[in-house]
Amino acid sequence: MSHSKRACIAGAFEHPTRYAPDKSIAQLHAECAMGALADAGLAASDVDGYFCAADTPGGIPALMVDYLNLNVSHVDGTESGGCSYIRHVGLAAQAIAAGKCSVALIVLAGKPRSSGQATGTEIRVLPPELPASAWESPHDWTMAGIFANVARRHMYVHGTTSEQMAWVKVSASMHAQHNPHAFLKKVFSVDDVLNSPLVADPLHRLDCCVITDGGGALVLVKPEIARELKRPEVEVAGYGYAVQTNRAGYFDMLHTGAVTSGTMAFAEAGMTPADVQYASLYDAFTIMVIMQLEDLGFCKPGMGGHFVAEGNLISGQGLLPFNTDGGGLCNNHPQNRGGITKVIEAVRQLRGEANRHVQVNNCARALVNGQGMAFGMGHTSATLLLERRL
Amino acid sequence: MNINRTAQDPYVAASPQLRAWWDAADDGRFLVPRCLDCGRVHWYPRAHCPLCGSIAVRLVDASGRATLHSFSVIHRAAKPYVLAYVQIEEGPLLMTNIVNCPFDALRIDMPLQARFRRTAYGRNAVVFSPA
Repeated sequence: MSHSKRACIAGAFEHPTRYAPDKSIAQLHAECAMGALADAGLAASDVDGYFCAADTPGGIPALMVDYLNLNVSHVDGTESGGCSYIRHVGLAAQAIAAGKCSVALIVLAGKPRSSGQATGTEIRVLPPELPASAWESPHDWTMAGIFANVARRHMYVHGTTSEQMAWVKVSASMHAQHNPHAFLKKVFSVDDVLNSPLVADPLHRLDCCVITDGGGALVLVKPEIARELKRPEVEVAGYGYAVQTNRAGYFDMLHTGAVTSGTMAFAEAGMTPADVQYASLYDAFTIMVIMQLEDLGFCKPGMGGHFVAEGNLISGQGLLPFNTDGGGLCNNHPQNRGGITKVIEAVRQLRGEANRHVQVNNCARALVNGQGMAFGMGHTSATLLLERRL
Repeated sequence: MNINRTAQDPYVAASPQLRAWWDAADDGRFLVPRCLDCGRVHWYPRAHCPLCGSIAVRLVDASGRATLHSFSVIHRAAKPYVLAYVQIEEGPLLMTNIVNCPFDALRIDMPLQARFRRTAYGRNAVVFSPA
């Protein structure tokens, strides 16, 4: 596939709210959709493809197509947890390439904050028909507890420290201070993180992401339409997706599905980690970022802790500026699903529209990576490589 | 064996092909699924072998011996507890809790012994304590 045939991200919108008790989830969806279309310079009547995941009311795409009154030829409700929207970009690019649609709308919205969810620390009791449920539910697992086990093992095998993990939060907070919409705008120190209460040892409260209402949306268009719009052209250069299973009990908890999805995306884009100028990495917990850096080849296995503690994630000083909006750790984690905000900030960077304090100079190639769901140590993983067309 | 107590558990009822595991657990026996074709033990139990695809799987007695693979003391809870992954002697890793162990005595690779704890729904779940 030549460059000129690649689908482009023409519209990107992050809802400014972080707390929305006065709006329905459907209305937040609609506001995100309209925001992304306005950003692209398109109208709802231009949309012929609609993508959403389980955050959609009822989990049913047709109900939101009805709410928005769209006239679509292609609908996709693929659910992959928090990375669904990263995956949707890849699926929408494929649908556009196959001629199934020409203007695809991807939407996420939700309101866990105003509905009082304790996302990371609530005990997960899954329904009996899920096959692992009978075996795992009795052990009162939490999302923080799962990633705390991963962090403990990483510390044991690689010598990673709590101070190194804290650097991920510190780096994100240095970016978030410039984002007027960020849920946490305070610049945190390593000591701030280490002195925050232990949630699931060794993870502290500040090792965890925020819980926010809100959402976001993206518009993908076929290249002919992208050229007509008055927006920088951001191409989908590479995409990968993987389901990392528990391997029937023989898993390695120190690697994520990014080993597979990242390899696929780099191969499709014809790029290597050295080509990437900015990375959006899913950061539900600080340890996740360290593992993605290793799994995607930005540093050697086991060296993620050293990489982040040297300030390499900080824009303007490090080798790989990450999550320059403040990420899920400080800015926004709408509906407990970090995928769409990761793509949105990468688009801002590639357009040169990030906050001037964190904008990467001449940012032409960006990576987006995220995980979704959690079935024990099993999960989904999606990777995108995006490139600005010059 | 208290057949009614186990049978009434909705998680047991949802997978009738694994009823024998829960009945044995109710008797205090820790079984693992071993494949008669590839010889390997998988976890969590299925009636087929997810490692080789065989449907010749037999539930056999586990040694009950395991080592601690990783753990976390869950502090943000009404009563702190230990969420852990252990490697049982037969090979696979499994999610569980460590009980009867002071938090400051937890060490990765420490030897453990299986035991059972009754769940709120009635079935016995396998947990581990220091050997």
